[in-house]
Amino acid sequence: MPYLPMPLPLPYEESKGFWAGCKRHELLIERCMDCHVYRHPPIPVCPECQSWNKEWVKVSGNGKVEGFTIVTRALFPGLPVPYNVVRVELEEQKGLLIIGNVIDCSPEEISVGMPVKVTFEDITPDRTLYYFKKAE
Amino acid sequence: MATIKDRYAIAGIGHTEYSRNSGRSELHLALEAIMGAIKDAGLDFKNIDGIVGDHPSRVDVMTIGNALGLQKFGFFIETEFAGGGVPSGLLHAIAGIEAGWATHVVCYKSLNGSSKNSVPAFEFVVQPHELGFTRPFGLLDPVAYAALAARRHMHQYGTTSRQFGAIALACRKHANRNPNAIMHGEPMTIDDHQQSSLIADPLRQLDCYVEADGAAACVVTSAERARDLKQEPVYIMAASQACGPSLSCGTMDPTVTENETRLLARNLFSMAGLTPTDIDVLQVYDDFTPLVLMALEDLGFCEKGEGGGFVEGGNLEWPDGELPLNTGGGNLSEGCIEGFNHIIEAVKQLRGVSTAQVRDAEVVLVCGATGVPTIGLILRR
Repeated sequence: MPYLPMPLPLPYEESKGFWAGCKRHELLIERCMDCHVYRHPPIPVCPECQSWNKEWVKVSGNGKVEGFTIVTRALFPGLPVPYNVVRVELEEQKGLLIIGNVIDCSPEEISVGMPVKVTFEDITPDRTLYYFKKAE
Repeated sequence: MATIKDRYAIAGIGHTEYSRNSGRSELHLALEAIMGAIKDAGLDFKNIDGIVGDHPSRVDVMTIGNALGLQKFGFFIETEFAGGGVPSGLLHAIAGIEAGWATHVVCYKSLNGSSKNSVPAFEFVVQPHELGFTRPFGLLDPVAYAALAARRHMHQYGTTSRQFGAIALACRKHANRNPNAIMHGEPMTIDDHQQSSLIADPLRQLDCYVEADGAAACVVTSAERARDLKQEPVYIMAASQACGPSLSCGTMDPTVTENETRLLARNLFSMAGLTPTDIDVLQVYDDFTPLVLMALEDLGFCEKGEGGGFVEGGNLEWPDGELPLNTGGGNLSEGCIEGFNHIIEAVKQLRGVSTAQVRDAEVVLVCGATGVPTIGLILRR
């Protein structure tokens, strides 16, 4: 079940590999093969060194909530407010941020610095979304 | 007000191959073209302090800046009204440098217009309030708008479909010399043109542009800075925008003597201090052949109504024509990169490296066709 009733993301050239990883329940982050800096979202050229050489790397899925918001006003009828939106800093690299939701948490429990771990929800036979859950 | 004549130059160009299916995203294509242009100019990526994207590139300037490793840049524009006239990015670049907001501006266009491999994004909408007067009646698509104007021109002046075909033939001939052109290797005769299927009478398949995947970019800077860089500068003698009652209203009248293309011609020729006879090579936005024919009249290469006669006899064909047109093949045969390909081909002519190189090409005019908001440039070496 998706956390929110939003349209599913449409994979495109740069993101196909990412969503294919999700289907396998793997969190893949793009990394430059020359300077080894991770970047997210995916982009054809490394923003650090402008190399075209890149690879998908399966990361641990562990991270910390670096920032969050609790949305309390429904932008359109049917949005189940309140819901959280988080920025998670993945443990592999300082500043490596990914947007998501923590799906097993009440609004009061969310805090900056809170450890989380990635989880996957198969929404359709073809499409899987990633989310986060509380970690110990 | 000081004139900008000769004070700005194109210092670098870059482009991808133009194809039916690039197999890459529009962002990927844009980066290839942009990084190519910056390297062609002999600059480092970090020298870029202005970024201008021509719509509909579904590639925003922020993503480009991020990819180039720019922590900040002070000038950025995403232009509108593309896809009908020559992109206005270069004019914004000139304005930005003139105002002191940037020193080296990269302009770009990127599209997967053929494969449609695109990040799902906004629809390109022209003046929504007009759609109520056109959509209910089946006027849905630019080819139909061009057809209405073409039929009026034929009625008024006796212009013929074969004369539209002469324009298509010239572009195809030039494409057949250009390995990067999508229609390279596919000759066209006037009979081919006349037998091609009707799309919206009188427009036939071969009167219409070829959709393409590809990207193109250039670096604009001051003339002084350009002289210090890697390539011989291509100087911008004149630049102007022009807009008039658009083709997309469905009611554009090609027989009026005052329209946006007339204004464009006046602005460009007076700024450059030139007349039409000074133009050695012409690159006119060529989505539809009749609009190119009308542009030849409105730009002053021939009298209003005489475009049909003007284009006959190979007048537009390299190497012997009086006015070689779209020497890379244009949108009609090279592939529609929405006018940026016309800018690139103009620079190649002035650098002496075109595949249909006009001998002693000194001055090239690049502009939109009649009936669409556009810019024009007069470039020289």
